[in-house]
Order: sequence, then structure tokens, then C-alpha cells
Amino acid sequence: MAFLEIKGLVKRFGKLEVLKGIDLDLERGGFLVLVGPSGCGKSTLLSAIAGLDTISGGEILIDGEVVNDLRPSKRDIAMVFQSYALYPNMTVAQNIAFGMEMRGVPKPERDVAVERVAATLQMSHLLSRRPSQLSGGQRQRVAMGRALVRDPRVFLFDEPLSNLDAKLRVDMRTEIKKLHQSTGKTIVYVTHDQIEAMTLATKIAVLKDGALQQVGTPAEVYNRPANLFVADFMGSPSMNLLTAKAVSRNGVAGLELPRAHDAAIFLRLPPNIRAGAVQDGAELIVGIRPEAITDPDGADRNSPLVEIVEALVDVVEPAGSDTYVVTEASGKEVIARMRSDADVRPGQRIPFAFDLNKAVLFDPRTTQRIG
Amino acid sequence: MSGRVEGSMAGGGSAVSRVVIYGLLLVFAAIFLTPLFVMLITSLKSLDEIRDGNMLSLPQSPTIAPWLSAWGTACIGLTCNGIKGYFGNSIMMVVPAVAISTILGSLNGFVLTKFRFPGHKLIFALMLFACFIPFQAVLIPVARVLGMVGLGNSIGGLILVHVVYGLGFTTLFFRNYYEAFPTELIRAAMIDGAGFFQIFRRILLPASGPIIIVTVIFQFTNIWNDFLFGSSFASGDGVPMTVALNNLVNTSTGVKEYNVDMAAAMIAALPTLLVYVVAGRYFVRGLMAGAVKG
Ligand SMILES: Nc1ncnc2c1ncn2[C@@H]1O[C@H](COP(=O)(O)OP(=O)(O)O)[C@@H](O)[C@H]1O
Ligand SMILES: [Mg+2]
Repeated sequence: MAFLEIKGLVKRFGKLEVLKGIDLDLERGGFLVLVGPSGCGKSTLLSAIAGLDTISGGEILIDGEVVNDLRPSKRDIAMVFQSYALYPNMTVAQNIAFGMEMRGVPKPERDVAVERVAATLQMSHLLSRRPSQLSGGQRQRVAMGRALVRDPRVFLFDEPLSNLDAKLRVDMRTEIKKLHQSTGKTIVYVTHDQIEAMTLATKIAVLKDGALQQVGTPAEVYNRPANLFVADFMGSPSMNLLTAKAVSRNGVAGLELPRAHDAAIFLRLPPNIRAGAVQDGAELIVGIRPEAITDPDGADRNSPLVEIVEALVDVVEPAGSDTYVVTEASGKEVIARMRSDADVRPGQRIPFAFDLNKAVLFDPRTTQRIG
Repeated sequence: MSGRVEGSMAGGGSAVSRVVIYGLLLVFAAIFLTPLFVMLITSLKSLDEIRDGNMLSLPQSPTIAPWLSAWGTACIGLTCNGIKGYFGNSIMMVVPAVAISTILGSLNGFVLTKFRFPGHKLIFALMLFACFIPFQAVLIPVARVLGMVGLGNSIGGLILVHVVYGLGFTTLFFRNYYEAFPTELIRAAMIDGAGFFQIFRRILLPASGPIIIVTVIFQFTNIWNDFLFGSSFASGDGVPMTVALNNLVNTSTGVKEYNVDMAAAMIAALPTLLVYVVAGRYFVRGLMAGAVKG
């Protein structure tokens, strides 16, 4: 049985339905990342789990126990807030100890626990400072310390890294991941940053407008997105989503992508699509990630189906470790990821290798994945 | 405040406009300060000197006798014990009334911003409405109510009236201040297991310094200076300072002792003056904080 279960959760603010029936579960020790654009209801869902907001319908269970009517303090959870929410009038040590103090833990015990957590997070030297005397990264650490010190059943994180600069964000991300691996705690983590979601999660839930779009492992969500929204949202640069037409050439089922200044591209159907799944003449959207379009040398040798297509290079964007090469199809930019030393210039015609084993098809009407 | 004026004028103003501005400021300062000056020097003169001399001339032989008389021996009505007893009445009225209305106002502000309930907007609108009810309109109903609850003609009754009447203002002040207080802090404390009053005392109050000062000054001056409620709901030895001062000046036994009247008026004004001098800076700062954030 799952450790954290959410069944048919609905949350309304007046007439506005912010969460539209969420079903989710998470095993003990799992790391669930809720990801979605801002305003989609992530914080609301987290507040519902924490008990900070009442819910309009559904059930929340922790370790088999329905907690709907339990106050936040009785749910045995800890939460790290986006703004860190450190008490400004207290020192770091008092901030960390406040929860224990409220629960009546004696002072000597509190002091020992604070010392221990401060050592884990390498901030023993900060204990007597006030939040206003700390840098952003240090405040973040204190907020984590306050959550860690209590050893709760579930940790909730609401965009804990979004106020940090890029470098610190990457460092703290690694640290949170290590922390999860060493403590084995159950974590629900909210972010709008899909890279954070991919790197941290054991399970990702993609949310849009208060409805779940897909729940799965990072690899599932990334490689086999359930619909166009997920395909577009996850990954950076995002997946190429190109309108195509199902056609047969010489008895071979494939996809035709028109081009403005060239003959249409013909690609055979991805191997994971059953032959009967698409009708001849049907409009489709083919999704293919930049890293699945490469120079021929860089293509995956184990892939059962790689198509080589000659195309005109419009733009070249070196990005350090890789070079992004832009061409055109179906009236849109197509981004390919090539090696950084690939000798490519705008205006050249070069061969592009499409790894169709990694391509997915979507129905443009329902926006759902086919097959 | 003068620093502020100077700072904002430094950029564009020429020397001439500077002189005009400072000249005007000095004139107005003189106009406002002259009565105070006259009161002060008159209170330090003997009656003879007042009768002979110029109102604006400094005392020839300064004496504090009028002050001592005003405090301890001047006659008010039929008793001749000075104003000290009434000063005490005012203190006994002001301190609890200010404390209670401030504490209740901050609790109201807390609930109206961080523990919202259905209808909180209506409740707040009604409380705000209380700020605009003129004193005179409620005198008779209040007198009836005070009589019914057995608080007629007592300091306790005055305290109750001032608390109720001040609540609209104190709630408004605190609500606007707490509106800008980060809600995540309250939520963090809830998760930490703090209850309503623990959150209030440990998280919110320590951050309320400026608005507490604003409220205390506002309430203190209003209640200390109140005359209408004092004269309506108290009598005899139980009246507050303001009413006693009026009675002192109007008591007609023999010659009019201007110096004693002035000394008594100075004593009556001292507490509010003191509060402004001590906490006035915070008053402006606190009002600004509320204005900008709220
Ligand atoms: N207290 C509230 N009253 C009314 N609407 C709210 C309230 N809190 C959040 N919302 C609305 O719910 C939606 C989801 O908000 P939120 O959960 O904070 O989004 P996210 O955290 O994903 O950015 C938003 O449209 C927001 O305007
Ligand atoms: Mg949010």
C-alpha cells in the first residue's frame, strides 16, 4: 500500500475550481515532484496535503490513515516554503528549535537536535545569527534545517530553490538529492522547473490547470509524454512538434512533412507504432526531441530506424557542450542537437539523422499520444 | 520633518525660494508656538506681575508657586486639593483603555487578515463604520447602556466607552499593517505546531512594534484629551483631567488666577507632549509603513 495516497482531491475557492479531482500515490521513501506552469495549482495541492487549507472533496491518506480533518501540526509533516518563511525575530537556532518548543520538547534535547542538524547542513557557525543577516543560500539551508530537525513522516517542499541564483540552485539541487538518498525520507516537491523535476524525482506528476496530465518516472514522462502539453513542457530545448500527414510510398507507411523551399520530408513510421494505428491521409503531430535529430555520425547505432534527410541549415547556436542546428519543416523551426565540433554553417545543405525510435505521434484533435 | 523638506528642495530650489520657504516656516512656527510661550511664562509669574506687565515679557522673578498651587491646593468647585486627583483619574482611565483597545485591535487585525472567516469583509466594513459615528450621536444610548450594566458615573464606564469607540481605529491600523505581513510565516508556525495565541505572541507581535506605537500614541492622545465623554459619563471627584481643568478655570472664588490656570493647563498637556517627544519619530515612520504596504 502506498504511503501517501490522494484520492479524487477537489479544491475550490468560491466558484473557482483549482484542483479538479487529483489521484496520486507515493510509496514510502519516494520522491514525488509536482511540476507544472505557475498558477496550475501546485501550491494549493501541497497546502491541502499539509492541512493548511481545507479541501472541497476527496481524501488524503498518510500511512493508511485519513488525515482530512487533522490539523497541520497533527499530520507529522514538515514543509519548506518558497520564501523560506524564517521567523525574523528569532535566531537561526531558535527558528530550527521552534517546532520542538511548540511540541514541548525540553530545552537540552532541543539544543542537541539543533546542533546535529546544523552539523549535517554545515551551518553550525550561523546558529546565533538572525535571518536578516544571512544570504539567500544560507536562509534556504536554515529552512531545510527547520524541516529536517523534526524527523517527520513526509517532507513538503514548495519551490524551495526558485529564489536562488542559477549556480546555487544547481548545488542545492544536488544536496537535496543526496539528502533524500541518505535519509530515505518521503518527499513531495513542487517546482515549475522541469529540469529540477527530472533530476530529483523518482516519480513526476505533471499538472495543468488543476488536472493531472501524466504521472510516471522521469524517463516515462520524458520519452513517452502522454499528450502535447507534457511533450512541450518537459525538456529544454523543448520537443520538436511538427504537423505531418500519414502516407504510403511504395507500400511503406510513413509520415510526410512539407517544407517551404524543398521537397517534403518522408519518414517511415516509428517502430513502436502498430501498422493499423494511423490511417493513410490522417493529420498527425510527430514529436521528436532535439537529441534524436543529429549528424549521421552522432546517431544511435542501436536504433532500429534512423532516417537521413538532407536539409538547409537556417541557424547555428553553439551551446558549449553541443551545437543546436535549426532547419525548417511543416512551417516550424526544427532544432537538432549536434556535436560541439560539428562543422556547420548557416546556408549549408547537410544530412540530418532522425532517430525515429525516439519519436512519438500525437492526435492533433485530442492532443493525446497515439500508441 | 524639516530635513525631508530640505532634502526634496535641494535639487531645484534657488537661494531666493529657499529664503522664502524658511521665512514662511519660521512665521508659522512662531504663530503656533506663541500661545505655548505665553502659557509657559504666565505660569511662572506672580499675579501682581501679570496685572502690571506685558503679556509677552519674560517673568522678572520666576516662581513655581502657581504650579504647586495648581497641582495641590487650587480650588475646583468646593474642594481645594488642586488637580492631582483628577490627573490620577485620567491616568487610571487612559492606561487600561489604551492597553485594552490596542490589544483587541491587534487581535482583530490578526483574525481579519490571517484567520479569515466567511463574512470577514462585512465585519471589517462595520468596524470601519464605527470610526465615522459622531460622539454626540451616541451619548444618550451609551449613558443608558452604562447605567444598565452598572458602570454609570465611574472610571470603569469611561474605560469601556473609550475601548469600544477606539476599537474601529485600532482594528483598522492593525489590519492594514498585518495585511502586508507574510502569510507563509503564519503557515510555517502552524506546521510547527503553534496555536492561535502562540502565533500571535511569538510571531506577529514581535513584528508589530511600529504599528503598536502608532496606535498607542493615537489612542493615548484621543482618550487623554477627550472632554465630551468625560463630562457626560463622570461627575464630581471622578471626572478626568480635561473636565477638572475646565471646572478649575470656571470656579469663581475671588480673583482670577491666570498663572494657576496656565500651570494647570500645562500639566494637563504634559503627558501627550511627552508621548510625542518620546515616540513621535516612530509615529511618522509607522504611519508611512502602513500607508505604503497597506
Ligand atoms: N486563497 C485563494 N483564493 C482564491 N484563489 C486562489 C487562492 N489561492 C490560490 N488561488 C488560485 O488558485 C490557482 C492555483 O494557485 P497555486 O496553487 O498557488 O498555483 P502554483 O503554485 O501552481 O503556481 C491560481 O489561479 C490562484 O489564483
Ligand atoms: Mg506556488
